[in-house]
Amino acid sequence: MSPKTLYDKIWDAHVADEADDGTCLLYIDRHLVHEVTSPQAFEGLRMTGRTVRAPDKTIAVPDHNVPTTAGREDPAQMTEESRIQVDALDSNAKEFGIHYYPMNDVRQGIVHIVGPEQGWTLPGMTVVCGDSHTATHGAFGALAHGIGTSEVEHVLATQTLIQKKSKNMKVEITGKLMPGVTAKDITLAVIGETGTAGGTGYVIEYCGEAIRDLSMEGRMTVCNMAIEGGARAGLIAPDEKTFAYVKGRPHAPKAGQWEAALEWWKTLYTDEGAHFDKVVTLKGEDIQPVVTWGTSPEDVLPITGVVPSPEDFTGGKVEAARRSIEYMGLTPGQKLTDIQIDTVFIGSCTNGRIEDFRAVAEIVKGKKIKEGMRAMIVPGSGLVRAQAEEEGLADIFKEAGFEWRLAGCSMCLAMNPDQLSEGERCAATSNRNFEGRQGYKGRTHLVSPAMAAAAAITGHLTDIREML
Amino acid sequence: MEKFEKLSGIAAPMPLVNIDTDMIIPKVFLKSIKRTGFGKNLFDEMRYNRDGSEIEDFVLNQPAYRDAQILVAGDNFGCGSSREHAPWAIADFGIKAVISTSFADIFFNNCFKNGILPIVLPQEVVDVLMKDAEKGANARMDIDLEAQTVTTSDGESFAFEVDAFKKHCLLEGLDDIGLTMAKEKSIDAFEATASQARPWV
Repeated sequence: MSPKTLYDKIWDAHVADEADDGTCLLYIDRHLVHEVTSPQAFEGLRMTGRTVRAPDKTIAVPDHNVPTTAGREDPAQMTEESRIQVDALDSNAKEFGIHYYPMNDVRQGIVHIVGPEQGWTLPGMTVVCGDSHTATHGAFGALAHGIGTSEVEHVLATQTLIQKKSKNMKVEITGKLMPGVTAKDITLAVIGETGTAGGTGYVIEYCGEAIRDLSMEGRMTVCNMAIEGGARAGLIAPDEKTFAYVKGRPHAPKAGQWEAALEWWKTLYTDEGAHFDKVVTLKGEDIQPVVTWGTSPEDVLPITGVVPSPEDFTGGKVEAARRSIEYMGLTPGQKLTDIQIDTVFIGSCTNGRIEDFRAVAEIVKGKKIKEGMRAMIVPGSGLVRAQAEEEGLADIFKEAGFEWRLAGCSMCLAMNPDQLSEGERCAATSNRNFEGRQGYKGRTHLVSPAMAAAAAITGHLTDIREML
Repeated sequence: MEKFEKLSGIAAPMPLVNIDTDMIIPKVFLKSIKRTGFGKNLFDEMRYNRDGSEIEDFVLNQPAYRDAQILVAGDNFGCGSSREHAPWAIADFGIKAVISTSFADIFFNNCFKNGILPIVLPQEVVDVLMKDAEKGANARMDIDLEAQTVTTSDGESFAFEVDAFKKHCLLEGLDDIGLTMAKEKSIDAFEATASQARPWV
């Protein structure tokens, strides 16, 4: 048998039908659903008299619209449109009998944080959601990717997707990371290397010592942004860390089935000699703490750098860079560490987990945020919030001057009341720095949680290594 | 779904690279629970001032391009979120085809579900089509899906590739859920086998 990649193995285990031209029906093990991209899909089912084929494999949670301030049960906290979307999810979950974590449930949170936390996401699974950051679940060695609403409807009705296989790409991070360098810096550095279209048509497998050394939280951060590099999905082979994370979670395999599951999971790795269509290798030691200067996640530079000139680029990127620099209100040649910050946002499906908050607490403990700074920390789930409170992190944040919020997507995409105003400049731990992403004419610099914490203290983009 | 066979229309040039789904339809317009009505907010932040007045030099506001049915765009069009509101907005505006050197994966798939044809062509061809689009309302581009060709206003023709199954669905305007449900036996069989092999799923 010819050697297979991890992607090949998961793919092969889920093909329910294959046509002569290679078009497959890929069986979906877990379908995650949120309120923004699902109402039209449920409506489609109703209009055609169809139903949800596998409600037990379908999990819904509202996250994009929900307010993150206390007393959010009060309907006045949401705009009418937001409320309609959340109410629609409530009633669709009931009508179709799918698993549901409503807004007032302590387990509610960002769908990509809730899935792994509740043990819905397991190695070797296929996981989809009407959300591009579904790639997050690849950290478990699950084939996970975002889909559009028509495909959401397709999965609801048939529990399959019409797919053709992507190509295999290997991203290897060798050696060790230097102090102050995190999973976020890895994933941004990779996009800086490949560009936002570099992964188009591929499923990426991240490997190498620096990836192995990451916690599950760190691995989720890396896979989360695979989509920002254009890849369909990111994968990391499961190992003892994965199994330890999964064990005992509410929907993980129970005693009688655990051993059988483990046996299969241990076969989920890329065979020696398996073929990759593209290979990218970075040395862990070479990766520095990075920030984005522009309006595309590929606009990445080490924090020690300066704002580039449009002339530094070629082709269509010249005009794009000119537009970005103007939008961001920057001057070519300006030191990145001289960029003053108005707001710090720590949270999102990229960096809203407990480990991210521990890293922040380490930096801000006993310090105060810069005067006039608006700084908020938004847990990825109610359970992350509870744990951070139990560990005393929340007290550290509040004493430093951070707002300590309830769980949701919040200012990552600003569909709820958490938004930037025109010209407001934010150091954010989220995943996209697109124009208007965090609010109309808002300006976003993507950074790691530690770098965001440092900026909150100093008031400008800061090299975290100077604070260690 | 509406069939896509042939299209003859005005093409609007948008040479900017990395046009993302937040540009195509900003998140403030994602709060609808319908599939229609997004066209007026297509490219909203590029197209309108804060007071709702039009930004004159934005391509789709120029008289020549107000009825454009084709977009010729820079590399990596549609990157970012999975929101199908992006193709819904494009279709609702009246655009039926987008031509670029590359598209983001999810957006690309979403187009086919909404009767929009995304066409991938090499840089040198996109450059020619971009120049043609810049001629304005007098330059009508022709797209023939069956023959897989794009023809400029000067009659210069270029062949493009398209997945055979996706082409079939567009030409016929097929509902792919219906197609898949016709294969229900395969899905049943797969489920039976998989539940034996991986009962914990």
